[in-house]
Amino acid sequence: MNRFSRFTAWLALLPFLLYLLVFLVAPTLTVMVGAFQENGRFTLVNVQALFSGTVLHVLRTSLILSAVSALVGAVLGAFLTYLVATRPATSAFRRVVTAVSGVLAQFGGVPLAFAFIATLGFSGVVTEALRSTLGVDIFGSGWLFGLPGLILVYSYFQIPLMVIVFLPALDGIRPQWREAAVNLGASTWQYWRRVAGPMLLPAFLGSALLLFANAFAAYATAAVLVSQGQPILPLLIRSALTSEVVLGRQNLAFALAFEMVVVVAVVMTLYSLLVRRTSRWLR
Amino acid sequence: MAKSSLRVSLVAGLGVMVLAACAPPSDNGGSDSGSGGGSDAKTATSAADLGGMDGLVKAAKKEGELNVIALPPDWANYANIIKGFSAKYGIKVNSAQPDAASQDEINAAKSLKGTTRAPDVFDLGQSVALANTSMFADYKVSTWDDVPADFKDENGAWINDYGGYMSIGYDSSKVPDVTGVDDLLGKEFKGKVALNGDPTTAGAAFSGVMMASLASGGSADDIAPGVDFFGKLKKAGNFLPVDPTSATIESGQTPVVIDWDYLNAAESKKLDSWKVVVPDNAVIAGYYYQAVNADAPHPAAARLWEEYLYSDEGQNGWLGGGARPVRADAMVKAGTIDKAAYDALPPVNGQAVTPTVAQTEKATTYLTANWAKTVG
Repeated sequence: MNRFSRFTAWLALLPFLLYLLVFLVAPTLTVMVGAFQENGRFTLVNVQALFSGTVLHVLRTSLILSAVSALVGAVLGAFLTYLVATRPATSAFRRVVTAVSGVLAQFGGVPLAFAFIATLGFSGVVTEALRSTLGVDIFGSGWLFGLPGLILVYSYFQIPLMVIVFLPALDGIRPQWREAAVNLGASTWQYWRRVAGPMLLPAFLGSALLLFANAFAAYATAAVLVSQGQPILPLLIRSALTSEVVLGRQNLAFALAFEMVVVVAVVMTLYSLLVRRTSRWLR
Repeated sequence: MAKSSLRVSLVAGLGVMVLAACAPPSDNGGSDSGSGGGSDAKTATSAADLGGMDGLVKAAKKEGELNVIALPPDWANYANIIKGFSAKYGIKVNSAQPDAASQDEINAAKSLKGTTRAPDVFDLGQSVALANTSMFADYKVSTWDDVPADFKDENGAWINDYGGYMSIGYDSSKVPDVTGVDDLLGKEFKGKVALNGDPTTAGAAFSGVMMASLASGGSADDIAPGVDFFGKLKKAGNFLPVDPTSATIESGQTPVVIDWDYLNAAESKKLDSWKVVVPDNAVIAGYYYQAVNADAPHPAAARLWEEYLYSDEGQNGWLGGGARPVRADAMVKAGTIDKAAYDALPPVNGQAVTPTVAQTEKATTYLTANWAKTVG
């Protein structure tokens, strides 16, 4: 490549770089600067507030929700992916599952929350049906609107997302390896334990981390479902920005957002390290 | 990393420039703000400054539009009040973000400052109003003297508009009759009691916890018993962490709602079995605050809107929504109040308590530290 063509290649990238600047870099910098400010002056007050009891409690809930829903999504999603991957590429089952996963992985937020409320809420379809036929009350005291409900609803978009990100890794496992292992006298257990397992583990963990970050930053679903106690960080940020009771916490919102950026950055760094490790197998 | 950090800072610098280029242009004459009434209206502190009501109406009609924000149609009858104002003066009302919170109104005024889309008037909760008086234009409506001194700013920066008492609304077809706060701990209320919002965010919910505190032996100085009450409610499995709306009430998802009596009363019109009770000796009163944006893009229309709200017609409008208008006493004396609507308000027994700013701040500190732990 001579110098001129390299320059035109950069030029072609320019719109994308501008887009990144305006919608990713600039907001992130604003958040980082705002986290250390109050009324335009440098201060550590808001960063210190991140270590108060309430914020730590919320951080804990956020991490639990993200971790559990990522784990549920990763395990169940991996099973489903395995079923898909063992089918021939042209099979109807495979095409249907991948297409449906593509849609459902993006089916989050307000419609999803309302779908669950309409199904499992106090007067939801399933709740009413079970109440009138079996006399069973599955609604209880509103678990759907607390942490258990959030885990259930989040899993709904985590499983299909797992299918999408984990399928290429499973497809990378060649049948010849299995044949070779069997020829050398390996049992099925040994094959999974010694060959496929170690190869898939980084991809599996990497996908799980991606799911974790996906749940960690989700906001709209929780905003519809939970209106008390601001149990997760995105909701606490909303409260800091819009509260009509506690005023002047805009910069605390910046600090909270900064905390989220740090957590996601750590997770994504781990993810990229794992991907680097697995990409060797997928050539 | 060192190699790329310079690149990042260059890139960031560019980004800031790009953002600056995207800033909204300051508005010059987008909607006839130049000649005539506009400039006088901006500084008018009463209708008299514009040559009386006729002058004000003329200037407002010339502007032709009014921006309001955070006025839900089913809140204190705002849908009909807006309709009435539009019909009377032929001014188009642009209602933005009907479900926004008070702080959103202030944020919008700041971020849209100088554009034709900025809100002209505010309807705010106590804390937000008193923290932002520098953004309000001093204006005294013609019925100013009817309003008791405690309910207005002496210079006219703000004036209370309507208020009510904290109440418990319940669907009598789903739960037994409620007489007081403690009834809600009964097992018939499992998973059925909702509070309108989170008390660290929404003023109505804050007053709801205050009411529970009064009923549980606390006072306006001590909100802790109220928080403990909701803790007990949660332990009993009765507390439903859903944000109640007209939709959740009508579909039966929130059979019991703690909210302002005028909001609960509005639901009774839609749902026959919906009853409202103000608990005895736990009467928390709360008034909202009305103010004109000092940077209103339609200064004359903003002031005319205030005049309309504080006219008999506007006050009866709020009353029609179950809210208690601030001029109610004067209007009862003058015989201009809508008697039927006034008599239909839920009865109140006991001395009404209006928390002071200091008491509110004290309670806020306690809530911030303890609410999420108690119900989370």
